[in-house]
Amino acid sequence: MRGYSRRGFLGMAGGVTAAGLLAACGSNTGRSSGSGDTIEQWYHAYGEAGVQQAVERYAKAYDKATVHVQWNPGDYDSKIASALAASNGPDVFESTLRVDMVRSKQIVSLDDLLGDARSDFTESVLASHTVDGQVYGIPQSVDMQMLFYRKSMLQKAGLQPPSTVDELIDAAHKLTTNKVKGLFLGNDGGVGVLAGPLLWSAGLDYLTPDNKVGFDDPLAAESVGRLRTLFTSNSLLLGAPADWSDPSAFVQGLTAMQWTGLWTVPAVQKALGDDFGVLPWPALNGAGKASVPFGAYGSMVNAKSKKIDAAKAYVKWLWIERGDYQQDFDLSYGFHIPARKSLAAKADKLKSGPAADAVRFVQDLGKPQNPPPWTAKMQLALSDSLNKIVRSGADATTELKNAAGSVQTELKRLYG
Amino acid sequence: MLIFNYIPIGWSAYLSFFDAQGTVTPDTFVGLDNYADMLTGPFAQSLLTFSVFALFIVPLTFALALGLAVAVNRIRFARAFFRSVFFLPTACSYVVAAMVWKLSLFSGVRFGLANTVLDWFGQDPVAWLSNPDPPWYWVVLVTARLWLQVGFYMILFIAGLQRIPDSLYEAAYVDGAKPGWQVFRHITFPQLRPTSIAVLLLSLIAAYQAFDEFYNLLGTARGYPDFGRPPLVYLYYLALGQTQDYGHGSAGALILALLIALVTLLQGQVLGFGRRD
Repeated sequence: MRGYSRRGFLGMAGGVTAAGLLAACGSNTGRSSGSGDTIEQWYHAYGEAGVQQAVERYAKAYDKATVHVQWNPGDYDSKIASALAASNGPDVFESTLRVDMVRSKQIVSLDDLLGDARSDFTESVLASHTVDGQVYGIPQSVDMQMLFYRKSMLQKAGLQPPSTVDELIDAAHKLTTNKVKGLFLGNDGGVGVLAGPLLWSAGLDYLTPDNKVGFDDPLAAESVGRLRTLFTSNSLLLGAPADWSDPSAFVQGLTAMQWTGLWTVPAVQKALGDDFGVLPWPALNGAGKASVPFGAYGSMVNAKSKKIDAAKAYVKWLWIERGDYQQDFDLSYGFHIPARKSLAAKADKLKSGPAADAVRFVQDLGKPQNPPPWTAKMQLALSDSLNKIVRSGADATTELKNAAGSVQTELKRLYG
Repeated sequence: MLIFNYIPIGWSAYLSFFDAQGTVTPDTFVGLDNYADMLTGPFAQSLLTFSVFALFIVPLTFALALGLAVAVNRIRFARAFFRSVFFLPTACSYVVAAMVWKLSLFSGVRFGLANTVLDWFGQDPVAWLSNPDPPWYWVVLVTARLWLQVGFYMILFIAGLQRIPDSLYEAAYVDGAKPGWQVFRHITFPQLRPTSIAVLLLSLIAAYQAFDEFYNLLGTARGYPDFGRPPLVYLYYLALGQTQDYGHGSAGALILALLIALVTLLQGQVLGFGRRD
């Protein structure tokens, strides 16, 4: 039997390792070769099992180009922002739309891709991917947030599901015992996630339709003041092991009500059966409205791509022509609402119970969580102000005025 | 060095004089506006907060590390074991330590370890990291930082202690010095001067460079509170997050670097860094 010398063995091992590394660097679409261009496509890492395999399967099925899918765990939004500022970004990627991406000429208009399908997209969702009348992202799926409540706990306390902010504060107080808190809005007391609903509940918004500051108003101070009331009432759950986006606190009985998202419905149903209902964030007063924030990732094309036409053709094929893939993407793994009305209407999972309520909330009361003109810098200013008011007890009027000043500076930069 | 240090620093200095949002090749010169904005906004507040933090954490780290080093150096049995016990946290990731502190020790629910202890004494649970009034979050931040870094400085002090010749102690005893505080004050502590200065400088710089445990203890998916926000976390959100404001970010980075250099030089001047013994 022939033996191997140490040098021969090391050489062979090195060769195998190099081959492995080269293979790992290659496309993960499974295609051995492709015709035409190679398109680089980025997704953030979805938590649900099977999504990565699904999008790789879609990519593999495209026969006009080779599509290389990159799955990005971690802080995807920052990563894509850096990649777009540099010149090494992907050709196609998913993102929410921000006006500064358009102003910096980082993405191209996809208006010409929509055709007859335009009317099939939920209007508010398509609007969240539109700047200056041009569509820059083809919506892939819709996620939304709402208030979950335990029916049995409310019943035991003799309460009806709250329909106003004051009823919510009262219910949270009455549902609080030494074992269970009345309400969980996140470990920061809801500051991070409720900026929009607080403004909408008072009939206000981040910005006015003509892009002026929308919250420098006594009603905004009053609405944020209600969250301060909740924060100091000892009826909010604070410091839970998992934050608001996870249903653990709700299903483990640490809280009677929780602000969380549509994506938790299957887990909550599994744990609590029918013993829960869902509500929008209630109106503060007659001028305001109940609301649910929604977020929608859309598929976009990098303006620095050398294959813009090929990338646009792929986006059109995947998210406009292949409705079956969008339905599979939205409903076979996680729990999202398809951005296309015709697909949402066909989805059996969304036809009854809290999921059906969620679909109705989005259609009737939905507001984009991150509207395109609202930039990260504006969000940082408002978030600082809400933290000071709600968590540190600063004067609401003064702090909101300070935030309005920062937002105004940013508006001037963007719109002159 | 040129490619990875000097060019980026030079380019950062260049960007700090421009409106460089979303671009590293800006064309709108703004002079010192970015510096003025940073010195009057939340970044200035962050610098002030962390100057106070440095004033507090540096002496505390110094005293604990020195105390542990002296104790471990004196111990006659299982010396290696005790050194390892205190040094091992240094090997722990700041992120992992922050998660343990946040989810287990200082969780705000009634079954968190700290709240369980409070419950034994009939006290209500405390939302350690959520409520800044009273600012219990500093207890969490400071204990995490001490646990993570004291062992490293302890090792530096042990190395310093072992360099002190026995003959000095013998001479002191012959001259009538009493073992304990008198010998420590007149022999050990003066002999540790170079190590002490190094520990003070390193822990001071580390205080201003705080990021990992703060970000993981207080940050959420939707942001970071203004209280307890280190300068680097603010710069991260401003320059490297979605905001991509390289102009203000660069100005802030240079202000922070200058501040660290200034405080370090002042501290070195006061303590005699580089001076001959």
